[in-house]
Amino acid sequence: MEMSFEESLAELEGIVEKLEKGQLSLDESLMLFERGIKLVRECNDKLKSAQQKVEQLIEENGELRTEPFEVEGE
Amino acid sequence: MVFEEKGIYTVHEFTLAVKSILTSGRFNDVWIRGEISNFTNHNSGHRYFTLKDKSSSLQCVMFKWYGKNLRFEPEHGMKVLVMGDLDVYEQRGIYQLKVRDIRPDGIGELYKAFEQLKNKLAMEGLFSPEHKKPLPKFPKKIGIATSPTGAVLHDIMTVIKRRYPANLLFIPTIVQGEYAAESIARSIGLLNKTDADVIILGRGGGSIEDLWAFNEEIVALAVFNSRIPIISAVGHETDYTITDFVADVRAPTPSAAAEIAVPDRAELANHINRLGERLIENKRRSIKDVMVHISELKAGVEPRLFLERLADYMQFTDELTQRQSLNIQRLLEVKRSLLNAHAGKLDAVSPLGTLLRGYSITLKLPEETHVRSIGDVEKKDELSIIVNDGKIKCKVNDKEVCTWK
Repeated sequence: MEMSFEESLAELEGIVEKLEKGQLSLDESLMLFERGIKLVRECNDKLKSAQQKVEQLIEENGELRTEPFEVEGE
Repeated sequence: MVFEEKGIYTVHEFTLAVKSILTSGRFNDVWIRGEISNFTNHNSGHRYFTLKDKSSSLQCVMFKWYGKNLRFEPEHGMKVLVMGDLDVYEQRGIYQLKVRDIRPDGIGELYKAFEQLKNKLAMEGLFSPEHKKPLPKFPKKIGIATSPTGAVLHDIMTVIKRRYPANLLFIPTIVQGEYAAESIARSIGLLNKTDADVIILGRGGGSIEDLWAFNEEIVALAVFNSRIPIISAVGHETDYTITDFVADVRAPTPSAAAEIAVPDRAELANHINRLGERLIENKRRSIKDVMVHISELKAGVEPRLFLERLADYMQFTDELTQRQSLNIQRLLEVKRSLLNAHAGKLDAVSPLGTLLRGYSITLKLPEETHVRSIGDVEKKDELSIIVNDGKIKCKVNDKEVCTWK
């Protein structure tokens, strides 16, 4: 299950905080560092690649459906 | 018909005849403007009043099943719009309006109604902070309930598109007029059936009448009951509606609502990059710390370094020794040359030198005493004359005094 941007960012912030607090073995801190760098990349990718989808919500005969929504003049 | 057969009605017959004309549909769903007087809220739950203006008056009744939808409590003297169907009250032979809805008419009445509902909902706890739902930090889908025409939708979409690529789910909503309140409540209800994680409820600026739907109880309740947090952005910064009080967050304008709804992508990117820099800086520092620590440990225990130190000491000792022996040699040389100089001087005064220059030394035998004067010898004494390459033995024949100087 892929992590959401929010989860990735939260984990990254946690890692930085943990590292800066110190008191870790070198192995631990290197492992966290690698994970953190990976998360930085992931977060940036997610932020860059995210595409906005605009839909319109329509109710018909008690059924909900959506269809793509075009903004006038765009 | 009765009329044609006999020409005379009973009262009831006549009343029914009038009623059939008056309730034919011509006066159904009529809106009438007037002022309330003689208002009675009967124990039965029905409300009776007279609607009047300068010249006329109209009997009105609002049965309790309609009264439940009232958004405010009518009062004597209030200017209102009433909506209903014309009816005839047979027992008393009067026509009256069966009222289905009453709306405040005029700004003063609107404010009164606004204050009434506000107080009521406040009492019921609809504005309480503990009911405010937190907004998601990074919404995935934003529900937008507003008019399909007008700048509001465009503003919200533009701001969100610029800041953060959240998906948008728009539901066209009537935000002004007769059907607005129902439409808004319905939109909120429908959005609550989707996976939207925040809702923006928006409308552009307008008069208190224009914004009135957002002061209706049905809207307030829909907002309150929404499982999804709602940001209200109704009217301009100075316009407050009941919806604003109930909503989880109130934004001064639709654009501001969009800014509240989503984070800023550029700021996020900066934030992420700063986190990355902190990671790298932290790693650099921790590795450096470890290196320093290791070299300290190494210095403390490593045998090779100990030997190196030892070798250094030994070399130093050698150097000292060598330096000392050099000093001694130099001293010896000085002494030797001094000796040579002395030896030369000694040569100069040695009798051997005299002999070499052709002089001789005369010794008297057998004592071998040095002969310095004719007085030292007698005739017939034996002498030994020492010359450069040996001795000559001879006898004294004669002596003669001479003076050389």
